[in-house]
Amino acid sequence: MSEVTADTVGSIGPAEVPEVELYHAHTWLTKYVFCQDAKVIAIQYSLTAMAIGLVALVLSWLMRLQLAFPGEFSLIQSDNYYQFITMHGMIMVIYLLTALFLGGFGNYLIPLMVGARDMAFPYVNMLSYWIYLLAVLILVAGFFAPGGPTGAGWTLYPPQAILSGTPGHEWGIILMMASLILFIIGFTMGGLNYVVTVLQCRTRGMTLMRLPLTVWGIFTATVMALLAFPALFVGCVMMTLDRMLGTSFFMPSIVELGQQLTYSGGSPILFQHLFWFFGHPEVYIVALPAFGIVSDLISTHARKNIFGYRMMVWAIVGIGALSFIVWAHHMYVSGMDSYFGFFFATTTLIIAVPTAIKVYNWVLTLWRGDIHLTVPMLFALAFIVTFVNGGLTGLFLGNVVVDVPLSATLFVVAHFHMVMGVAPIMTVFGGIYHWYPKVTGRMLNETLGRVHFWVTFVGAYAIFFPMHYLGLLGVPRRYYELGDTAFIPPSAATLNVFITVAALIVGAAQMVFLFNLFWSLSRGKESGPNPWRANTLEWQTPQTPPGHGNWGKELPVVYRWPYDYSVPGAEQDFIPQNQPAFAKVG
Amino acid sequence: MPIVIALVLIAVGSVAFHLWNPWWLTPIASNWQYIDATIAITFWITGVVFTAVILFMAYCVFRFRHIPGRQAAYEPENKKLEWWLAIVTGVGVAAMLTPGLFVWSQFVTVPANATEFEAVGQQWNWAFRLPGKSGRLGTSDVKYISSDNPLGVNPNDPNGKDNIVIVGDDLHLPVGKPVKVLLRSVDVVHDFYVPEFRAKMDLMPGMVTRFWFTPIRTGEFEILCAGFCGVGHPQMRGKVVVDTESDYQTWLGKQQTFAQLSTPAK
Repeated sequence: MSEVTADTVGSIGPAEVPEVELYHAHTWLTKYVFCQDAKVIAIQYSLTAMAIGLVALVLSWLMRLQLAFPGEFSLIQSDNYYQFITMHGMIMVIYLLTALFLGGFGNYLIPLMVGARDMAFPYVNMLSYWIYLLAVLILVAGFFAPGGPTGAGWTLYPPQAILSGTPGHEWGIILMMASLILFIIGFTMGGLNYVVTVLQCRTRGMTLMRLPLTVWGIFTATVMALLAFPALFVGCVMMTLDRMLGTSFFMPSIVELGQQLTYSGGSPILFQHLFWFFGHPEVYIVALPAFGIVSDLISTHARKNIFGYRMMVWAIVGIGALSFIVWAHHMYVSGMDSYFGFFFATTTLIIAVPTAIKVYNWVLTLWRGDIHLTVPMLFALAFIVTFVNGGLTGLFLGNVVVDVPLSATLFVVAHFHMVMGVAPIMTVFGGIYHWYPKVTGRMLNETLGRVHFWVTFVGAYAIFFPMHYLGLLGVPRRYYELGDTAFIPPSAATLNVFITVAALIVGAAQMVFLFNLFWSLSRGKESGPNPWRANTLEWQTPQTPPGHGNWGKELPVVYRWPYDYSVPGAEQDFIPQNQPAFAKVG
Repeated sequence: MPIVIALVLIAVGSVAFHLWNPWWLTPIASNWQYIDATIAITFWITGVVFTAVILFMAYCVFRFRHIPGRQAAYEPENKKLEWWLAIVTGVGVAAMLTPGLFVWSQFVTVPANATEFEAVGQQWNWAFRLPGKSGRLGTSDVKYISSDNPLGVNPNDPNGKDNIVIVGDDLHLPVGKPVKVLLRSVDVVHDFYVPEFRAKMDLMPGMVTRFWFTPIRTGEFEILCAGFCGVGHPQMRGKVVVDTESDYQTWLGKQQTFAQLSTPAK
């Protein structure tokens, strides 16, 4: 069992395996482009993810403009609209959030936080990024292909995704499949690295129960992704075959616009099972790294140990395991065996218990803390608010009968944006404001950070909280226009305008953030090695930013858990993990 | 301090918005009031939790904000408190799940006296089929579909002859009688969605899906498609008219059967 009190340090054994020499880059190209250093790969992943994320942001503006002012923009026709929502969803979930949390934060933080010199397999790690970049480029190529990108919705349900009533059925869908297949291959290369590095490359004294929760979150999410992505992979391969070779994995007998097609005997619902067997764990693949990061942000900036560390670890692992047996709650009204409803509603609501424990422990970490309202802390608080909101509406949709009227309405859109869009992105921002000084040696500008925070937090809440009520009213999602619908009052259109205005403002505020990222690179205040006076190992590197190999001559040795903040009797209000004993006051 | 005010405003403002916003469930027109009741229970429980957590957080931020000389407490865990919170959460979850599962068991149990009708979806319109005097729907298959037989009714099945086929027109249902809806799609996934009935179900190509409800008031209700089905998705509309029994019989008498429709006009 772990030692979670400050006075039990325990003895540290000698290293079991000798160090292996790292690959040393000699040319500019191998140092900054085809680089094997996880820190550089992390920055490459992050910048690529943010760049493609900007595309998704612009797409969300376009779709919101259409919803608020239907028919006003000749640029946005019905088929474009569906292409925009499809690409927006896919980019945000896979190419931005998954890539940024695992490829970005994972690459940067795992080796530093566990006290390793680099990932276990640096060359494969480099390949992982380049395949990811290729996947992104193929995805973007959809915009330039004849017929445009696919407009099948991010769930890509066949038969619709490959039939002519859906935009992008010529090239877009094939490019989407190719891009996803490549993404999964690239991710697998990175993912194996993260798992092996956490299990095998921890420095002396870094027991599993001394890992920062950030590492626990990213590690568990990666294990889940390695198990979940293959389901999407085979789904994509089979659908590509259906589309290109005329096989019938997912295609039953179909009459399309009066024409008998040659498909027969396939099962569209099989695709849904495969998709959601990936798709539900995917929610937690995004959420668990956020859980971990936010735990460390709250603890550091409240100068207090995370409350209930062991429970937090088990909650992460438990949520990860449970999330593999809840997938069909996305399919309550799909016509699958109705008795599945009992099972999946029960498992889904059970997952609320470990999730709630995490929320309580974050809030209880604030209790009797010494709360510094820094920008990372503000974003962490915003995460809790939006995550609690989005998590609670999950209890509506998980409870099978309640889902029946609400499924496929804007209630669902509001729910998943709040819980896996806004909340994790709050953590991304909090994490960037927190670790930017380590990456660059400079602080992000505080004033710009606060402006960014307030507009983003309040604006995002104003977008998605009221949207739930349109869903309750029954407004369906994926409607290019509502038209004249008797049960929808004109006030719904007013609310749509309000939401769109809020979305435009929140989007614009992200430009402040981007400006800050680049401006502070040269103009930011010098941060020094440990500006937040944090305990985890990445703040204890001999150089800031950390050099190649991270640690200079000697690897750090870990003597304690990462949450020794405000230990009674200690001289300072933090004791880094690699500090053996602490000086008593007086 | 602004964050404390913001947190309080979010907690109080969200509750106020919930109470006074003009958007709420459409007036119900089916027997699924239990679904609405489960929604209400869920709102109560989640609303209390949300308000409590956010207000407690606001209090913590206010009370324990950094001031010179403050030191945080050192308390790694508190087993008793953690277990208590887990148990209370479990009870709250059970209070939502239990009624939910009871209602679901009703939802999946079709009453024996329910009459069947079929809704067929294709890009991007609705068609319907009702049993005739024999009370049975004939078998169907996509391979029988032609311009004379848009629903693919099996021409060799005697049960199909007297089936009433409605293409491009409204569906009528008698008030107060349970109906079992059989759903079939000839192309892609659609979803039969009438907000006032609460119940909805996908039309899954290659299989027949089903659900049931009892209309409890007369009136006209719009049928929407709630399963994304391509560019015409928002235009895929239909109408269901819930009639009194006598109005329904009058309407039924005017409809054409499959046999009548498929006899080539000479």
